[in-house]
Amino acid sequence: MTVIDTAPAGNRRYYDSAERAAPWLEELSGLMRYRFLIRQLVARSIKTRYKRSVLGVAWTMVSPLLTMLVLTLVFSQIFRFQAADYALHVLSGLVLWNFFAQSTVGAMNDLMWSGGLIGRIYLPKSSFAVAAVGTGLVNLGLALVPLGLIALALGQPLNPVWWAVPLVIALSAAFALGVGLLVSSLSVYFQDVAPTYEVLLTAWLYLTPVIYPVSLLPPGLAAWLKLNPMHAHVELFRDVVLRGVVPSAELVVMGLVSAAGALALGWWAFTRKARDYAYQV
Amino acid sequence: MPTRSRPWPAPSGSVVPLVEVSGLSVRYRVPRERVASFKEFAIRWLKRRVAYQDLWALRSVDLTVGPGEILGVVGRNGAGKSTLLKVLARVLHPTEGRVVVRGSIAPLLELGAGFHAELTGRENVYLYGALLGYDKRDLDARFAAIVDFAELWDFIDAPLRVYSSGMISRLGFAVATCDYADLYLIDEVLAVGDAAYQEKCRQRLITYRDQGASSVVVSHDPGSLTQVCDRLVWLDEGREMRTGPVGDVLEAYAARTLPLSSITRAASAAA
Repeated sequence: MTVIDTAPAGNRRYYDSAERAAPWLEELSGLMRYRFLIRQLVARSIKTRYKRSVLGVAWTMVSPLLTMLVLTLVFSQIFRFQAADYALHVLSGLVLWNFFAQSTVGAMNDLMWSGGLIGRIYLPKSSFAVAAVGTGLVNLGLALVPLGLIALALGQPLNPVWWAVPLVIALSAAFALGVGLLVSSLSVYFQDVAPTYEVLLTAWLYLTPVIYPVSLLPPGLAAWLKLNPMHAHVELFRDVVLRGVVPSAELVVMGLVSAAGALALGWWAFTRKARDYAYQV
Repeated sequence: MPTRSRPWPAPSGSVVPLVEVSGLSVRYRVPRERVASFKEFAIRWLKRRVAYQDLWALRSVDLTVGPGEILGVVGRNGAGKSTLLKVLARVLHPTEGRVVVRGSIAPLLELGAGFHAELTGRENVYLYGALLGYDKRDLDARFAAIVDFAELWDFIDAPLRVYSSGMISRLGFAVATCDYADLYLIDEVLAVGDAAYQEKCRQRLITYRDQGASSVVVSHDPGSLTQVCDRLVWLDEGREMRTGPVGDVLEAYAARTLPLSSITRAASAAA
Protein backbone atom coordinates (compact mmCIF):
# COMPACT_ATOMS: atom_id res chain seq x y z
CA MET A 1 0.00 0.00 0.00
CA THR A 2 1.29 3.42 -0.87
CA VAL A 3 1.09 6.55 1.17
CA ILE A 4 -2.17 8.40 0.70
CA ASP A 5 -1.42 11.68 -0.94
CA THR A 6 -4.48 13.60 -1.97
CA ALA A 7 -4.27 16.74 0.08
CA PRO A 8 -3.78 19.86 -2.01
CA ALA A 9 -2.88 21.87 1.08
CA GLY A 10 0.20 24.03 0.99
CA ASN A 11 1.76 22.24 3.92
CA ARG A 12 4.30 19.53 3.49
CA ARG A 13 3.26 15.95 2.97
CA TYR A 14 6.26 14.38 4.57
CA TYR A 15 7.83 15.28 7.86
CA ASP A 16 10.86 13.63 9.36
CA SER A 17 12.25 15.32 12.43
CA ALA A 18 15.66 13.75 11.84
CA GLU A 19 15.89 15.16 8.34
CA ARG A 20 18.04 18.19 8.72
CA ALA A 21 19.26 20.49 6.01
CA ALA A 22 21.54 23.33 7.05
CA PRO A 23 19.42 25.59 9.27
CA TRP A 24 19.86 28.65 7.07
CA LEU A 25 18.76 26.70 4.02
CA GLU A 26 15.85 25.00 5.75
CA GLU A 27 14.48 28.36 6.92
CA LEU A 28 14.85 29.80 3.43
CA SER A 29 12.90 26.99 1.81
CA GLY A 30 10.21 27.26 4.50
CA LEU A 31 9.94 30.95 3.79
CA MET A 32 9.46 30.28 0.09
CA ARG A 33 6.61 27.85 0.81
CA TYR A 34 4.92 30.41 3.06
CA ARG A 35 5.09 33.34 0.64
CA PHE A 36 1.35 33.88 0.91
CA LEU A 37 1.61 34.08 4.70
CA ILE A 38 4.10 36.94 4.40
CA ARG A 39 1.68 38.87 2.21
CA GLN A 40 -1.07 38.20 4.74
CA LEU A 41 1.08 39.37 7.65
CA VAL A 42 1.96 42.59 5.84
CA ALA A 43 -1.71 43.16 5.03
CA ARG A 44 -2.62 42.46 8.64
CA SER A 45 -0.25 45.02 10.11
CA ILE A 46 -1.20 47.70 7.59
CA LYS A 47 -4.93 47.13 7.96
CA THR A 48 -4.99 46.81 11.73
CA ARG A 49 -2.83 49.88 12.20
CA TYR A 50 -5.39 52.11 10.57
CA LYS A 51 -8.66 50.25 11.13
CA ARG A 52 -10.01 52.56 13.77
CA SER A 53 -8.43 55.85 12.78
CA VAL A 54 -10.22 58.58 10.89
CA LEU A 55 -7.23 59.61 8.81
CA GLY A 56 -6.37 56.00 8.02
CA VAL A 57 -3.35 55.47 5.83
CA ALA A 58 -2.82 59.23 5.67
CA TRP A 59 -1.20 58.98 9.10
CA THR A 60 1.85 57.40 7.53
CA MET A 61 2.23 60.50 5.44
CA VAL A 62 1.22 63.08 8.01
CA SER A 63 3.33 61.99 10.97
CA PRO A 64 6.81 62.62 9.44
CA LEU A 65 5.45 65.91 8.11
CA LEU A 66 4.48 67.05 11.58
CA THR A 67 7.87 66.05 12.97
CA MET A 68 9.53 67.89 10.13
CA LEU A 69 7.45 71.00 10.81
CA VAL A 70 8.35 71.06 14.49
CA LEU A 71 12.05 70.44 13.89
CA THR A 72 12.22 73.02 11.14
CA LEU A 73 10.55 75.66 13.28
CA VAL A 74 12.87 74.94 16.17
CA PHE A 75 16.17 74.41 14.38
CA SER A 76 15.86 77.16 11.80
CA GLN A 77 15.47 79.54 14.73
CA ILE A 78 18.24 78.13 16.92
CA PHE A 79 20.86 77.27 14.36
CA ARG A 80 19.79 79.71 11.64
CA PHE A 81 19.61 76.90 9.08
CA GLN A 82 18.16 77.82 5.75
CA ALA A 83 14.61 76.63 6.39
CA ALA A 84 13.68 75.10 3.03
CA ASP A 85 16.89 73.09 2.67
CA TYR A 86 16.68 71.98 6.24
CA ALA A 87 13.05 70.87 5.96
CA LEU A 88 13.85 68.55 3.08
CA HIS A 89 16.99 67.30 4.78
CA VAL A 90 15.02 66.36 7.91
CA LEU A 91 12.08 64.88 6.08
CA SER A 92 14.16 62.68 3.79
CA GLY A 93 16.31 61.55 6.71
CA LEU A 94 13.32 60.77 8.90
CA VAL A 95 11.53 58.84 6.18
CA LEU A 96 14.44 56.44 5.84
CA TRP A 97 15.17 56.33 9.55
CA ASN A 98 11.55 55.52 10.40
CA PHE A 99 11.62 52.74 7.87
CA PHE A 100 14.66 51.23 9.56
CA ALA A 101 13.39 51.72 13.11
CA GLN A 102 9.88 50.42 12.43
CA SER A 103 11.12 47.38 10.52
CA THR A 104 13.60 46.26 13.15
CA VAL A 105 11.37 46.91 16.15
CA GLY A 106 8.44 45.33 14.31
CA ALA A 107 10.46 42.20 13.52
CA MET A 108 11.27 41.76 17.19
CA ASN A 109 7.82 42.52 18.59
CA ASP A 110 5.91 40.42 16.06
CA LEU A 111 8.00 37.34 16.75
CA MET A 112 7.45 37.52 20.50
CA TRP A 113 4.05 39.06 20.93
CA SER A 114 2.00 37.92 17.99
CA GLY A 115 -0.20 36.07 20.43
CA GLY A 116 2.60 33.56 21.05
CA LEU A 117 1.88 32.17 17.61
CA ILE A 118 5.13 30.28 17.26
CA GLY A 119 4.28 28.19 20.32
CA ARG A 120 0.91 27.23 18.92
CA ILE A 121 1.30 26.66 15.22
CA TYR A 122 4.11 25.66 12.87
CA LEU A 123 5.44 28.37 10.60
CA PRO A 124 8.84 29.61 9.43
CA LYS A 125 9.95 31.89 12.24
CA SER A 126 11.63 34.41 9.94
CA SER A 127 8.22 35.21 8.39
CA PHE A 128 7.71 37.88 11.02
CA ALA A 129 10.94 39.73 10.31
CA VAL A 130 10.42 39.55 6.55
CA ALA A 131 6.83 40.75 6.95
CA ALA A 132 7.95 43.60 9.22
CA VAL A 133 10.38 44.81 6.56
CA GLY A 134 7.63 44.38 3.95
CA THR A 135 5.31 46.52 6.05
CA GLY A 136 8.09 49.09 6.43
CA LEU A 137 8.52 49.17 2.64
CA VAL A 138 4.84 49.85 2.08
CA ASN A 139 4.96 52.69 4.58
CA LEU A 140 8.17 54.02 3.02
CA GLY A 141 6.48 54.07 -0.37
CA LEU A 142 3.58 56.04 1.09
CA ALA A 143 5.92 58.47 2.82
CA LEU A 144 7.60 59.30 -0.48
CA VAL A 145 4.39 61.07 -1.54
CA PRO A 146 4.55 63.90 1.04
CA LEU A 147 8.29 64.14 0.46
CA GLY A 148 7.65 64.89 -3.21
CA LEU A 149 4.83 67.31 -2.41
CA ILE A 150 6.87 69.25 0.12
CA ALA A 151 9.77 69.49 -2.30
CA LEU A 152 7.40 70.89 -4.92
CA ALA A 153 5.86 73.31 -2.45
CA LEU A 154 9.26 74.59 -1.40
CA GLY A 155 10.24 75.19 -4.99
CA GLN A 156 12.87 72.47 -5.02
CA PRO A 157 11.26 69.70 -7.04
CA LEU A 158 12.83 66.30 -6.47
CA ASN A 159 15.07 65.18 -9.25
CA PRO A 160 15.60 61.55 -8.37
CA VAL A 161 17.97 59.17 -10.08
CA TRP A 162 15.07 56.83 -10.80
CA TRP A 163 16.95 53.70 -11.64
CA ALA A 164 18.95 53.92 -8.42
CA VAL A 165 16.02 54.47 -6.03
CA PRO A 166 14.90 50.82 -5.83
CA LEU A 167 18.51 49.68 -5.49
CA VAL A 168 19.20 52.03 -2.60
CA ILE A 169 15.95 51.07 -0.88
CA ALA A 170 16.78 47.39 -1.39
CA LEU A 171 20.12 47.91 0.35
CA SER A 172 18.42 49.59 3.31
CA ALA A 173 15.82 46.82 3.45
CA ALA A 174 18.52 44.14 3.51
CA PHE A 175 20.32 45.98 6.30
CA ALA A 176 17.07 46.38 8.27
CA LEU A 177 16.21 42.69 7.82
CA GLY A 178 19.64 41.65 9.04
CA VAL A 179 19.48 43.86 12.12
CA GLY A 180 15.84 42.87 12.73
CA LEU A 181 16.70 39.15 12.66
CA LEU A 182 19.65 39.68 14.96
CA VAL A 183 17.69 41.56 17.62
CA SER A 184 14.73 39.16 17.33
CA SER A 185 16.90 36.11 17.94
CA LEU A 186 18.31 37.80 21.04
CA SER A 187 14.91 38.94 22.27
CA VAL A 188 13.64 35.35 22.24
CA TYR A 189 16.06 34.55 25.03
CA PHE A 190 16.21 37.82 26.94
CA GLN A 191 13.24 39.96 27.75
CA ASP A 192 15.26 43.13 28.18
CA VAL A 193 16.59 43.16 24.63
CA ALA A 194 13.50 44.94 23.29
CA PRO A 195 13.59 47.98 25.63
CA THR A 196 17.39 48.14 25.40
CA TYR A 197 17.24 48.17 21.64
CA GLU A 198 14.73 51.01 21.61
CA VAL A 199 17.05 53.12 23.78
CA LEU A 200 19.98 52.25 21.54
CA LEU A 201 17.91 53.27 18.52
CA THR A 202 17.36 56.73 19.96
CA ALA A 203 21.08 57.12 20.64
CA TRP A 204 21.82 55.85 17.15
CA LEU A 205 19.43 58.39 15.65
CA TYR A 206 21.34 61.22 17.31
CA LEU A 207 24.68 59.77 16.19
CA THR A 208 23.45 59.87 12.60
CA PRO A 209 22.96 63.16 10.76
CA VAL A 210 19.22 62.72 10.34
CA ILE A 211 17.83 65.79 12.06
CA TYR A 212 20.99 67.86 11.83
CA PRO A 213 23.29 68.46 8.85
CA VAL A 214 26.69 66.78 8.62
CA SER A 215 28.26 70.22 8.50
CA LEU A 216 27.23 70.78 12.10
CA LEU A 217 29.66 68.12 13.30
CA PRO A 218 33.22 69.08 14.20
CA PRO A 219 35.66 67.50 11.71
CA GLY A 220 36.99 65.10 14.33
CA LEU A 221 33.58 63.57 14.88
CA ALA A 222 32.62 63.62 11.21
CA ALA A 223 35.42 61.17 10.45
CA TRP A 224 33.72 58.60 12.69
CA LEU A 225 30.61 58.71 10.56
CA LYS A 226 32.28 56.37 8.11
CA LEU A 227 31.80 53.64 10.69
CA ASN A 228 28.08 54.28 11.02
CA PRO A 229 26.23 52.16 8.45
CA MET A 230 23.00 54.11 8.92
CA HIS A 231 24.82 57.26 7.85
CA ALA A 232 25.67 55.57 4.56
CA HIS A 233 22.08 54.39 4.05
CA VAL A 234 20.57 57.79 4.84
CA GLU A 235 23.04 59.59 2.58
CA LEU A 236 22.53 57.09 -0.24
CA PHE A 237 18.81 57.73 0.02
CA ARG A 238 19.26 61.52 0.02
CA ASP A 239 21.64 61.35 -2.94
CA VAL A 240 19.31 59.44 -5.21
CA VAL A 241 15.96 60.83 -4.04
CA LEU A 242 16.68 64.38 -2.94
CA ARG A 243 19.84 65.59 -4.61
CA GLY A 244 19.50 63.59 -7.79
CA VAL A 245 23.15 62.56 -7.93
CA VAL A 246 24.77 59.19 -8.32
CA PRO A 247 26.28 58.37 -4.90
CA SER A 248 30.03 58.21 -4.37
CA ALA A 249 31.75 54.84 -4.61
CA GLU A 250 32.66 55.08 -0.94
CA LEU A 251 29.00 55.36 0.11
CA VAL A 252 27.94 52.56 -2.21
CA VAL A 253 30.61 50.23 -0.84
CA MET A 254 29.66 51.08 2.73
CA GLY A 255 25.98 50.48 1.96
CA LEU A 256 26.67 47.19 0.20
CA VAL A 257 29.05 45.84 2.82
CA SER A 258 26.81 46.76 5.76
CA ALA A 259 23.71 45.31 4.07
CA ALA A 260 25.39 42.05 3.09
CA GLY A 261 27.18 41.75 6.42
CA ALA A 262 24.09 42.43 8.54
CA LEU A 263 21.93 40.09 6.47
CA ALA A 264 24.44 37.25 6.59
CA LEU A 265 25.06 37.65 10.31
CA GLY A 266 21.36 38.11 11.14
CA TRP A 267 20.24 35.16 9.05
CA TRP A 268 22.90 32.90 10.51
CA ALA A 269 22.21 33.92 14.12
CA PHE A 270 18.45 33.70 13.71
CA THR A 271 18.19 30.39 11.89
CA ARG A 272 20.79 28.61 14.01
CA LYS A 273 18.32 28.25 16.88
CA ALA A 274 15.06 28.86 15.01
CA ARG A 275 13.57 25.44 15.74
CA ASP A 276 14.01 25.94 19.49
CA TYR A 277 12.18 29.27 19.66
CA ALA A 278 8.84 27.59 20.33
CA TYR A 279 10.27 26.34 23.62
CA GLN A 280 10.95 29.89 24.75
CA VAL A 281 7.56 31.52 24.38
CA MET B 1 22.11 13.28 16.18
CA PRO B 2 22.58 12.24 12.53
CA THR B 3 22.56 15.09 10.08
CA ARG B 4 21.71 12.91 7.10
CA SER B 5 18.88 10.50 7.49
CA ARG B 6 18.33 7.12 6.00
CA PRO B 7 14.87 6.09 4.87
CA TRP B 8 12.84 4.73 7.71
CA PRO B 9 12.79 0.93 7.53
CA ALA B 10 9.21 -0.12 6.91
CA PRO B 11 7.99 -3.04 9.02
CA SER B 12 8.03 -6.03 6.69
CA GLY B 13 4.77 -7.49 5.49
CA SER B 14 2.56 -4.78 6.97
CA VAL B 15 1.02 -1.50 6.05
CA VAL B 16 3.42 1.45 6.19
CA PRO B 17 2.40 3.50 9.25
CA LEU B 18 1.35 7.07 8.68
CA VAL B 19 3.01 8.21 11.88
CA GLU B 20 6.07 6.69 13.47
CA VAL B 21 7.35 8.03 16.75
CA SER B 22 10.39 6.38 18.27
CA GLY B 23 12.28 7.16 21.44
CA LEU B 24 10.60 10.57 21.57
CA SER B 25 11.68 12.76 24.45
CA VAL B 26 10.88 16.41 24.92
CA ARG B 27 12.70 18.48 27.48
CA TYR B 28 11.78 21.94 28.65
CA ARG B 29 14.67 23.73 30.24
CA VAL B 30 13.36 25.87 33.01
CA PRO B 31 15.85 28.20 34.65
CA ARG B 32 15.85 27.46 38.37
CA GLU B 33 15.59 31.15 39.06
CA ARG B 34 14.06 33.19 36.32
CA VAL B 35 16.95 34.75 34.42
CA ALA B 36 15.05 37.06 32.16
CA SER B 37 17.53 39.80 31.62
CA PHE B 38 20.68 39.74 29.63
CA LYS B 39 22.64 41.48 32.36
CA GLU B 40 21.76 38.83 34.90
CA PHE B 41 22.51 36.10 32.42
CA ALA B 42 25.92 37.57 31.62
CA ILE B 43 26.83 37.80 35.29
CA ARG B 44 25.72 34.27 36.00
CA TRP B 45 27.30 32.88 32.91
CA LEU B 46 30.60 34.40 33.92
CA LYS B 47 30.21 32.74 37.27
CA ARG B 48 29.12 29.52 35.52
CA ARG B 49 25.98 29.51 37.50
CA VAL B 50 23.10 29.32 35.09
CA ALA B 51 21.22 26.49 36.70
CA TYR B 52 18.54 24.83 34.65
CA GLN B 53 15.94 22.46 35.79
CA ASP B 54 15.18 19.82 33.22
CA LEU B 55 11.53 19.14 32.83
CA TRP B 56 10.86 16.11 30.69
CA ALA B 57 7.40 16.48 29.19
CA LEU B 58 7.81 13.25 27.23
CA ARG B 59 10.23 10.43 27.87
CA SER B 60 11.07 7.68 25.37
CA VAL B 61 7.68 7.42 23.75
CA ASP B 62 7.22 4.96 20.90
CA LEU B 63 4.05 4.80 18.91
CA THR B 64 2.65 4.38 15.44
CA VAL B 65 -0.56 5.41 13.78
CA GLY B 66 -1.68 3.44 10.77
CA PRO B 67 -3.54 4.83 7.79
CA GLY B 68 -7.17 5.42 8.74
CA GLU B 69 -6.54 4.70 12.40
CA ILE B 70 -7.78 6.83 15.28
CA LEU B 71 -5.41 6.85 18.21
CA GLY B 72 -6.61 8.23 21.52
CA VAL B 73 -4.26 9.65 24.12
CA VAL B 74 -5.35 9.65 27.76
CA GLY B 75 -3.62 10.88 30.86
CA ARG B 76 -3.87 13.34 33.69
CA ASN B 77 -2.95 17.01 33.51
CA GLY B 78 0.73 17.42 32.72
CA ALA B 79 1.02 13.89 31.33
CA GLY B 80 2.45 15.22 28.07
CA LYS B 81 -0.62 14.85 25.88
CA SER B 82 -0.55 18.36 24.46
CA THR B 83 3.21 18.21 24.06
CA LEU B 84 2.80 15.06 21.98
CA LEU B 85 0.31 16.83 19.71
CA LYS B 86 2.63 19.82 19.40
CA VAL B 87 5.52 17.59 18.37
CA LEU B 88 3.36 15.88 15.75
CA ALA B 89 2.24 19.32 14.54
CA ARG B 90 5.92 20.34 14.17
CA VAL B 91 5.56 23.17 16.67
CA LEU B 92 8.10 21.59 19.01
CA HIS B 93 11.14 19.82 17.71
CA PRO B 94 12.00 16.58 19.55
CA THR B 95 14.81 16.84 22.07
CA GLU B 96 15.55 13.19 21.46
CA GLY B 97 14.13 10.55 19.20
CA ARG B 98 12.47 10.78 15.86
CA VAL B 99 9.08 11.60 14.42
CA VAL B 100 8.04 10.73 10.89
CA VAL B 101 4.68 11.70 9.42
CA ARG B 102 4.07 10.44 5.91
CA GLY B 103 1.26 12.74 4.95
CA SER B 104 -0.38 16.11 5.39
CA ILE B 105 -1.25 17.34 8.85
CA ALA B 106 -4.25 19.37 10.02
CA PRO B 107 -3.75 20.64 13.56
CA LEU B 108 -6.96 21.30 15.49
CA LEU B 109 -5.23 22.20 18.72
CA GLU B 110 -5.30 25.96 18.84
CA LEU B 111 -8.30 26.76 16.72
CA GLY B 112 -8.11 30.29 15.46
CA ALA B 113 -4.56 30.93 16.66
CA GLY B 114 -3.63 34.11 14.85
CA PHE B 115 -7.14 35.46 14.45
CA HIS B 116 -7.14 39.23 14.75
CA ALA B 117 -10.07 40.98 16.43
CA GLU B 118 -9.93 44.08 14.24
CA LEU B 119 -10.00 42.17 10.95
CA THR B 120 -13.21 40.95 9.33
CA GLY B 121 -14.20 37.31 9.25
CA ARG B 122 -13.25 37.21 5.58
CA GLU B 123 -9.79 38.65 6.22
CA ASN B 124 -9.28 36.27 9.11
CA VAL B 125 -10.12 33.26 6.93
CA TYR B 126 -7.25 34.22 4.64
CA LEU B 127 -4.86 35.07 7.47
CA TYR B 128 -5.52 31.85 9.41
CA GLY B 129 -5.49 29.83 6.20
CA ALA B 130 -2.08 31.29 5.33
CA LEU B 131 -0.82 30.40 8.82
CA LEU B 132 -1.92 26.82 8.21
CA GLY B 133 0.11 26.75 5.01
CA TYR B 134 -2.57 27.31 2.39
CA ASP B 135 -1.96 29.72 -0.45
CA LYS B 136 -4.33 32.19 -2.05
CA ARG B 137 -5.59 29.82 -4.74
CA ASP B 138 -6.40 27.10 -2.19
CA LEU B 139 -8.36 29.56 -0.09
CA ASP B 140 -10.20 31.23 -2.96
CA ALA B 141 -11.40 27.81 -4.04
CA ARG B 142 -12.54 26.86 -0.54
CA PHE B 143 -13.81 30.17 0.77
CA ALA B 144 -17.50 29.61 0.07
CA ALA B 145 -17.41 26.13 1.59
CA ILE B 146 -15.67 27.47 4.69
CA VAL B 147 -18.29 30.15 5.30
CA ASP B 148 -21.07 27.68 4.53
CA PHE B 149 -19.77 25.26 7.11
CA ALA B 150 -19.23 27.98 9.72
CA GLU B 151 -22.76 29.30 8.98
CA LEU B 152 -21.44 32.85 9.10
CA TRP B 153 -22.45 34.49 5.81
CA ASP B 154 -24.30 37.24 7.70
CA PHE B 155 -21.22 38.26 9.65
CA ILE B 156 -18.38 37.49 7.28
CA ASP B 157 -17.58 41.16 6.60
CA ALA B 158 -17.93 42.26 10.22
CA PRO B 159 -14.84 42.58 12.41
CA LEU B 160 -14.11 39.55 14.52
CA ARG B 161 -14.46 41.53 17.73
CA VAL B 162 -18.26 41.50 17.33
CA TYR B 163 -18.31 37.69 17.03
CA SER B 164 -19.32 35.50 19.94
CA SER B 165 -16.76 32.97 21.12
CA GLY B 166 -18.86 30.23 19.56
CA MET B 167 -18.78 31.98 16.19
CA ILE B 168 -15.03 32.40 16.40
CA SER B 169 -14.44 28.74 17.13
CA ARG B 170 -16.82 27.73 14.32
CA LEU B 171 -14.82 29.84 11.89
CA GLY B 172 -11.56 28.41 13.21
CA PHE B 173 -12.79 24.84 12.87
CA ALA B 174 -14.18 25.49 9.39
CA VAL B 175 -10.83 26.81 8.15
CA ALA B 176 -8.73 24.17 9.89
CA THR B 177 -10.85 21.35 8.47
CA CYS B 178 -11.58 22.90 5.07
CA ASP B 179 -9.70 20.10 3.44
CA TYR B 180 -8.89 16.43 3.70
CA ALA B 181 -5.64 15.83 5.55
CA ASP B 182 -3.95 12.52 6.21
CA LEU B 183 -3.64 13.25 9.90
CA TYR B 184 -5.89 15.30 12.17
CA LEU B 185 -4.52 16.34 15.54
CA ILE B 186 -7.45 16.91 17.87
CA ASP B 187 -7.54 18.36 21.35
CA GLU B 188 -10.89 17.37 22.79
CA VAL B 189 -10.85 20.23 25.27
CA LEU B 190 -11.84 22.45 22.40
CA ALA B 191 -15.56 22.08 22.06
CA VAL B 192 -16.88 23.98 19.07
CA GLY B 193 -20.22 25.72 19.45
CA ASP B 194 -23.37 24.14 20.84
CA ALA B 195 -24.25 20.45 20.92
CA ALA B 196 -25.80 20.46 17.47
CA TYR B 197 -22.79 22.15 15.97
CA GLN B 198 -20.42 19.77 17.75
CA GLU B 199 -22.28 16.92 16.09
CA LYS B 200 -21.78 18.62 12.72
CA CYS B 201 -18.03 18.87 13.39
CA ARG B 202 -17.90 15.23 14.42
CA GLN B 203 -19.70 14.23 11.23
CA ARG B 204 -17.16 16.10 9.14
CA LEU B 205 -14.27 14.30 10.82
CA ILE B 206 -16.03 10.96 10.40
CA THR B 207 -16.41 11.69 6.69
CA TYR B 208 -12.69 12.34 6.44
CA ARG B 209 -12.00 9.16 8.43
CA ASP B 210 -14.08 7.21 5.96
CA GLN B 211 -11.92 8.66 3.21
CA GLY B 212 -8.86 7.23 4.93
CA ALA B 213 -7.71 9.99 7.29
CA SER B 214 -6.06 9.16 10.61
CA SER B 215 -6.42 11.09 13.84
CA VAL B 216 -4.68 11.48 17.14
CA VAL B 217 -7.21 12.57 19.76
CA VAL B 218 -6.26 13.84 23.18
CA SER B 219 -8.74 13.91 26.05
CA HIS B 220 -9.11 14.18 29.79
CA ASP B 221 -12.31 12.27 29.58
CA PRO B 222 -11.56 8.69 28.62
CA GLY B 223 -15.28 7.98 28.32
CA SER B 224 -15.54 10.14 25.22
CA LEU B 225 -12.77 8.16 23.54
CA THR B 226 -14.30 4.72 23.78
CA GLN B 227 -16.62 5.22 20.84
CA VAL B 228 -14.25 6.77 18.36
CA CYS B 229 -10.80 5.33 18.99
CA ASP B 230 -9.26 2.21 17.55
CA ARG B 231 -6.45 2.17 20.09
CA LEU B 232 -5.38 4.12 23.16
CA VAL B 233 -2.11 5.35 24.59
CA TRP B 234 -1.94 6.17 28.28
CA LEU B 235 0.66 8.73 29.22
CA ASP B 236 1.70 9.57 32.75
CA GLU B 237 4.31 12.20 33.55
CA GLY B 238 5.67 11.91 30.04
CA ARG B 239 6.02 8.15 30.09
CA GLU B 240 4.07 5.70 28.04
CA MET B 241 2.25 3.54 30.58
CA ARG B 242 0.29 1.36 28.25
CA THR B 243 -0.71 1.14 24.62
CA GLY B 244 -3.30 -1.13 23.09
CA PRO B 245 -6.99 -1.91 22.68
CA VAL B 246 -9.32 0.69 24.18
CA GLY B 247 -10.79 -1.58 26.87
CA ASP B 248 -7.43 -2.83 28.18
CA VAL B 249 -5.87 0.60 28.42
CA LEU B 250 -8.90 2.14 30.08
CA GLU B 251 -9.01 -0.63 32.63
CA ALA B 252 -5.36 -0.14 33.52
CA TYR B 253 -5.81 3.60 33.61
CA ALA B 254 -8.87 3.31 35.84
CA ALA B 255 -7.09 0.97 38.20
CA ARG B 256 -4.33 3.49 38.65
CA THR B 257 -6.39 6.64 38.89
CA LEU B 258 -9.28 5.40 41.08
CA PRO B 259 -11.60 6.61 42.37
CA LEU B 260 -12.70 8.17 39.12
CA SER B 261 -15.98 6.41 38.65
CA SER B 262 -16.64 7.75 35.16
CA ILE B 263 -13.52 6.03 33.91
CA THR B 264 -14.44 2.77 35.54
CA ARG B 265 -17.84 2.94 33.95
CA ALA B 266 -16.33 3.69 30.58
CA ALA B 267 -13.92 0.81 30.94
CA SER B 268 -16.60 -1.66 31.82
CA ALA B 269 -18.76 -0.35 29.00
CA ALA B 270 -15.94 -0.87 26.56
CA ALA B 271 -14.98 -4.28 27.90
